[in-house]
Amino acid sequence: MTIATFPPEPKPDQGRSRYFGFCTDAKVIGIQYIVTAFFFFLIGGLLAMVIRGELITPQSDLVDRAVYNGIYTMHGTIMLFLFIFPVLNGLNNLLIPTMIGAPDMAFPRLNAVAFWLVPIFGFLLMASFFVPGGPAYSGWWSYPPVSIQNPLGHLINGQGMWITAVALSGVSSIMGAINFVTTILRMRAPGMTLFRMPVFCWTALAAQSLQLIGLPALTGGAIMLLMDLTFGTSFYRPEGGGDPVLYQHFFWFYSHPAVYVIILPVFGVFSELFPVYSRKPLFGYLYVALASFIIVGLGLIVWVHHMFPSGVAQWMRNLFMVTTMLIAVPTGVKVFAWLGTLWGGKLRLTTPMLFCLGGLFNFVFAGITGIMLATVPVDIHVSNTYFVVGHFHYVIYGAAVMGIFAAIYHWFPKFIGRMPYEGLGKLHFLLTFIGANLNFLPMHPLGLMGMPRRVSSYDPEFTFWNVVASLGAFLLGVSIIPFLLNMLSAWIRGPKATHNPWNAIGLEWLLPSPPPEDNFGEDVPTVISRPYGYGSGQPLVEHQDEIERRLELMEASA
Amino acid sequence: MTTTTLPQPGAPAEHEEHPKHNLTGFIIFLCSESVIFLAFFSGYALLKTSALNWLPEGVEGLEWQTPLVNTIVLVSSSGTIALAEYFKNREKMLLFRGFWLMSMAMGAYFLYGQAVEWSGLRFGFTSGTFGGTFYLLTGFHGLHVATGILLMGLMLIKSFIPGNYQGGEQGVQATSLFWHFVDVIWIILFLLIYVWQ
Repeated sequence: MTIATFPPEPKPDQGRSRYFGFCTDAKVIGIQYIVTAFFFFLIGGLLAMVIRGELITPQSDLVDRAVYNGIYTMHGTIMLFLFIFPVLNGLNNLLIPTMIGAPDMAFPRLNAVAFWLVPIFGFLLMASFFVPGGPAYSGWWSYPPVSIQNPLGHLINGQGMWITAVALSGVSSIMGAINFVTTILRMRAPGMTLFRMPVFCWTALAAQSLQLIGLPALTGGAIMLLMDLTFGTSFYRPEGGGDPVLYQHFFWFYSHPAVYVIILPVFGVFSELFPVYSRKPLFGYLYVALASFIIVGLGLIVWVHHMFPSGVAQWMRNLFMVTTMLIAVPTGVKVFAWLGTLWGGKLRLTTPMLFCLGGLFNFVFAGITGIMLATVPVDIHVSNTYFVVGHFHYVIYGAAVMGIFAAIYHWFPKFIGRMPYEGLGKLHFLLTFIGANLNFLPMHPLGLMGMPRRVSSYDPEFTFWNVVASLGAFLLGVSIIPFLLNMLSAWIRGPKATHNPWNAIGLEWLLPSPPPEDNFGEDVPTVISRPYGYGSGQPLVEHQDEIERRLELMEASA
Repeated sequence: MTTTTLPQPGAPAEHEEHPKHNLTGFIIFLCSESVIFLAFFSGYALLKTSALNWLPEGVEGLEWQTPLVNTIVLVSSSGTIALAEYFKNREKMLLFRGFWLMSMAMGAYFLYGQAVEWSGLRFGFTSGTFGGTFYLLTGFHGLHVATGILLMGLMLIKSFIPGNYQGGEQGVQATSLFWHFVDVIWIILFLLIYVWQ
């Protein structure tokens, strides 16, 4: 291998128009995913503001009750299928090829098609607001028999559009998953064995395997739901001999693992960032990597814990309680590995590090309430109350979304080529952390007191905690302003980023910022050691000094 | 389709391009696709074991002799497609095309048989969970058979492009894998629907 041509000559700016069309470059697709996701994040967030605005008083006074049902249904659906999965796929697109030294994804065209399905089903879902009868109103689970009612009798109705959109989202995710798994398995740089792979790639591989196993079950279940709704079959219709609980099995067989699809890459982000900002190797690399796959295995056999009150057999409750609690072991391994990494390290409290620490804090809290919910008697007691809502918002917003923000601040300089502003970033962190805890912590006492979820009016005794939660939610709404301001102004006129502004170790940091279209091209460096060699002085790749010197020369001349 | 590049002389062995991405991706897709069938199968078993009146009124059960003939035709087409692939690898293109076409014909015969069976049945898609699951399973599988025949037709046309099957072309291999997959699914389906009555 020669490195004579590396780094490549800086190419003329290919223009920002690439971001608006069908482009097969994974780095462009990654940014398209993330920007699209944040567009829908704003819509989903706006719906959340309406929900919390409604709940600030005990009376149902802001929106009509039926509209309220549609709003929380769409809030959940948008946040999961149009924000969090696309934003994570965006990170996968940016990070997987650059971290493993691949020029692109294995199937670039399939990759682009998978992305363009997102705005299509997003549009479909948005359009359901404007059809007669309004959008779907049966909650983001769409349990029958509520979800197979079609009172107006129109062929095109909100619920049918919801099912179609979710099925299309499944198709898009499967395309993405095939691509990510193939890329990770077959396109790694020379010398990068599986056990020299960054943990983010391990967690992405685990998460995408879960997509491949779980999603088809949901798609199958959704097809049957659509048939029941549209063609009058009776798979889930008790009066025709069907079984509504069957749908719950299909739904949760995927949708519980979906939580691991969301949180695993965020574990990957934590595992990447803690070593960088504490200047220490990741504690127990092997165990952190393998724990991802133990989570996959266990994650596939816990789904019935969502159905403890659905009339399942007692032996099933006991079995699934045990498997659910066992999940705490591999996640605990990871949490202690991160603490071990932080222990005695030289901590740098940059914006990404703060988001990671905040996310870890919230995740541990969510893990504890998760164990409470796994316990059958507690679960039945708080089922369908705000305790559950609080628990999963801690997981999704408190841990996952904060991890995603950490990743965005950390890798923004790499893929945009400019530095985000630290001051605005820290303000964003502060507002997010305080807002999230203020919003979601009060939901736990509310749930224990017995406030049911999915209601627009409630007993006045719940008022205090609801007002606190609503204030937290509005704070969260405000917290997006410094974020957007930061991203936009940094993208337009932020200071130029060097190839490795955080002094991090990894193949992606041996590329110019932003990387050229085909990353390393033909000159993929040979990996000679494990990742995270902080403080060891050991180079990651052959000729590392020379590569870095050339990058510095290029930056000096620019 | 991917083009293969020869390994550079002197390059480390690992540095060569991987020519088999398409096949890897396709196998991953098939594994994932099998879960949809698994979902339908388990739904069928669950609905059947918990049903009070499984068969709709006036329906005694399913006739299984003609479907058995269909099954034998479909399953043997797995053999003919394997033969076709064998001849393709030995570059006997005429024999390849012959056996390939024969597999297509057998698949088409299976679809025809299924259409005849459907038209003679006395229950519909909305006749309870039995009718629903029967048409859902056989219909979804039939869709896969039709897709397989289309893919085979595409590969047959491609075989007339000179030199197309030298080197990195994996379409034939992928199509044949897909066909075996469709056959295995049918065997499970036949056992579930026709044998377990």
